[in-house]
Amino acid sequence: MDDTARSGDTLLLKLEHVSKRFGGVQALDDVAFEVHPGEVLCLAGENGSGKSTLIKTISGVHQPDPGAVMEWRGETLGSMDPASARGIGIQVIWQDLALFPHMSVAENIAFERNLGARPTVVDYATMRREADAILSRLGVEIDLDAPVSSLSIARRQLVAIARALVADAALIFMDEPTASLSRAETEALIDIVRRLSYEGIAVVFVSHRLAEVLDICSRVTVLRDGKLVGTYPTEGMTQTRLTELMTGATFDYETHTSRATDGTPILETERLGRAGEYEDVSLSIAPGEIVGLTGRLGSGRTELALSIFGMTPPDRGRILLEGRPLRLGSNRDAIDAGIAYVSEDRLSLGLVQDQPIEDNVVVTVLDRLLGSAGLLSPARKAEVADDWIARLKVKIGQPSDAVSTLSGGNQQRIVLAKWLATRPKLLILDSPTVGVDVGARAGIFDIVDGLAREGMAILLISDETPEVYFNADRVLHMRDGRIVETFRPDAMALDDMEAAVHG
Amino acid sequence: MSNVQLDATRRSGGWTALRPSGESLALLAVLALLVVLFSALTDRFLTGATFASIAFQLPELGLLTLAMMIPLLSGGLNLAVTFSANLSGLVLAWTLTWLGGADAGLGAMILGMALAILAGAAIGWVLGMVVAYTGAHPILASLAMMIFLRGLGEFLTRGASISGFPPALIAIGQGTFLGIPAPLLVFLGAIGVWALILNRTRLGFTIYMLGSNPDASRYSGVNTRRALVMVYLLSSVMCAVAGIVMAARFNSVRVGHGEAYLLITVLACFLGRVDPFGGFGRIAPVVLALVILQVIGSGLNLLGTNQHLATALWGGILIVVMGLRYLWGRYGQALFRSVSS
Repeated sequence: MDDTARSGDTLLLKLEHVSKRFGGVQALDDVAFEVHPGEVLCLAGENGSGKSTLIKTISGVHQPDPGAVMEWRGETLGSMDPASARGIGIQVIWQDLALFPHMSVAENIAFERNLGARPTVVDYATMRREADAILSRLGVEIDLDAPVSSLSIARRQLVAIARALVADAALIFMDEPTASLSRAETEALIDIVRRLSYEGIAVVFVSHRLAEVLDICSRVTVLRDGKLVGTYPTEGMTQTRLTELMTGATFDYETHTSRATDGTPILETERLGRAGEYEDVSLSIAPGEIVGLTGRLGSGRTELALSIFGMTPPDRGRILLEGRPLRLGSNRDAIDAGIAYVSEDRLSLGLVQDQPIEDNVVVTVLDRLLGSAGLLSPARKAEVADDWIARLKVKIGQPSDAVSTLSGGNQQRIVLAKWLATRPKLLILDSPTVGVDVGARAGIFDIVDGLAREGMAILLISDETPEVYFNADRVLHMRDGRIVETFRPDAMALDDMEAAVHG
Repeated sequence: MSNVQLDATRRSGGWTALRPSGESLALLAVLALLVVLFSALTDRFLTGATFASIAFQLPELGLLTLAMMIPLLSGGLNLAVTFSANLSGLVLAWTLTWLGGADAGLGAMILGMALAILAGAAIGWVLGMVVAYTGAHPILASLAMMIFLRGLGEFLTRGASISGFPPALIAIGQGTFLGIPAPLLVFLGAIGVWALILNRTRLGFTIYMLGSNPDASRYSGVNTRRALVMVYLLSSVMCAVAGIVMAARFNSVRVGHGEAYLLITVLACFLGRVDPFGGFGRIAPVVLALVILQVIGSGLNLLGTNQHLATALWGGILIVVMGLRYLWGRYGQALFRSVSS
């Protein structure tokens, strides 16, 4: 890409000396930030590094502390609110997309122009025409009358992008746009972003997935602890180097030679099948072994995991735990048998976000908290919760705080805590690092590695090939509900595995 | 508060319902203000008679409010509380009439109360099964149950009331024990049982989790269906207790009695800071809210105003409280922060 060649043009956005303090927290500390017209730039940094605060400052949600210089197309910007920021062409697509799920695609796209700003008569004909024009400009076809709630996440994202375009955006921030997309959907999104860039619209990507960051962006701006680390061209940048810049620490990535020990496999499935989900799945996991399970979205990975966890009964085949066939009526049976499942959807299935941290830790082991007269003992509850919070080194305020107050990485540690408290023999990790920072990911996998070395069997599901490549002893490739290949990471290159799965 | 102290509270406590929270303190302040206000307006307010009347009236609404609270915490609602109470009361009345009416013995009375509670449990079990297994919204399920119970009750009684109960039963509604009104004792007992269930049992723990996020609770191995059945079963058993107290207090049972309490129970729960979407709410603030509503009712009654004004004020109070909570959330905490930093 030749985006950097445009650096001679007037800058679209230029920030200098931007600081923002919230109470005792210096969220941004003298940050400089530049965006060229039509550029695709990445904003990288761990959770709490100031990415969101920076975006909110630029989009008028926060006012920077005095001394900041902000210029838009060479002109100094005064104090802004979100409406004036949108007015000059700055749009933010947050991770939750902020669409109206029950309204139609056309209504959502045309919201700002036809509904929000003008509380007069709604002109449906114009609205549909504009929405249609924008979608064809993006080269996508979506039924204009479909309610947004009926669309996949990937399609909703396109609706959000279209909505930004209707509002004549010149600069679009995308917050973690690929977090819930499959590889193919990500590719499609990246095509759209390139198209926007070609039209002269600048896009700032915020993403945890470093591979795609390096692939799509021309430059990357790295923040750490509210300070600017620097802005670098992506050419010649490696994932390892970027990780080091973001975390300020060095990691050594290497594959594992097998940690598996002899003895009866912890988990075996024999020709397991469930109509429309997965077929003829036979696998086994030895004590201490980490088995990766990868494949594209819709390959049946999560469905298989849910059956092993007792949530959906298989139609055919058997599940054996330590050589004994399991009859699972519910996930409670699976938990009692020693199976734990870390869901891919931490926000709505992994944790009860609004409830206290300690309650989330102990919810799986209430039976063990019973004291005199069969009543829950507050002392035992505190003991179990404190013990796991300390063992997994979770950074929390008070155990009674809502779990939603924690960062993604610490939340995932709480999820691990609540499952490890059940003393599982088999731990199923379904996309355990979605929404977790690079630095925090390494911490999670350190824990997982330790568990395997103590003899736990681990099934690691992920659609990020590097994740299974670097962390699993053996990787199963699932496609269309069947296991099609087995890889050994210590005997092949990452790129080859990537090509086999996603190529 | 230092960490050590906080930790000590956590370990010894669990009785969070009885520890004064900020919310309870605010409600206590409102209560104190009302008492001062009514005392200033009429010298008949601060008398034993007023408190006796409150003590006899509060339990009816209070027991029904407890019955409403648990479904609300679980993220649902039970619109059938008043008619469940009526139906259970009818079961008691029929049993007593069958076994001698006003001359029925103690055994008949105990049998009648047991059957009334059994009837409540049966109603709750059916309602709970419908909510847990069909996935119907609790508003719809309990509305259907409410209409069913009302129709059934009116059909069986032809709209008439059944009266004439033995003195031992009437004592539960009108008597005193050690100077304390008997219905109040029943209510205090019910509060104790509810606090125990909500704070110290697996079911109570589950109700809060379930109310916040049923899916995540299910994925954590919680049997959410069984918990939901128990929620409505407990709720209806509490309705049966309310039905027994009402029968005893009025020496009669009529379908439709206490119907007006239905939405007041919801109001009391919300005033007592039960989250309308489930998952949050403690017993103590709800009880305080009940006392506040009753004090307003009794105070206005003493001032000689119309009962309808009290109803209007009840609603008005909740509106004001919502406004105050908003203002506190918006400005109060910022003020507090700027003062403390």
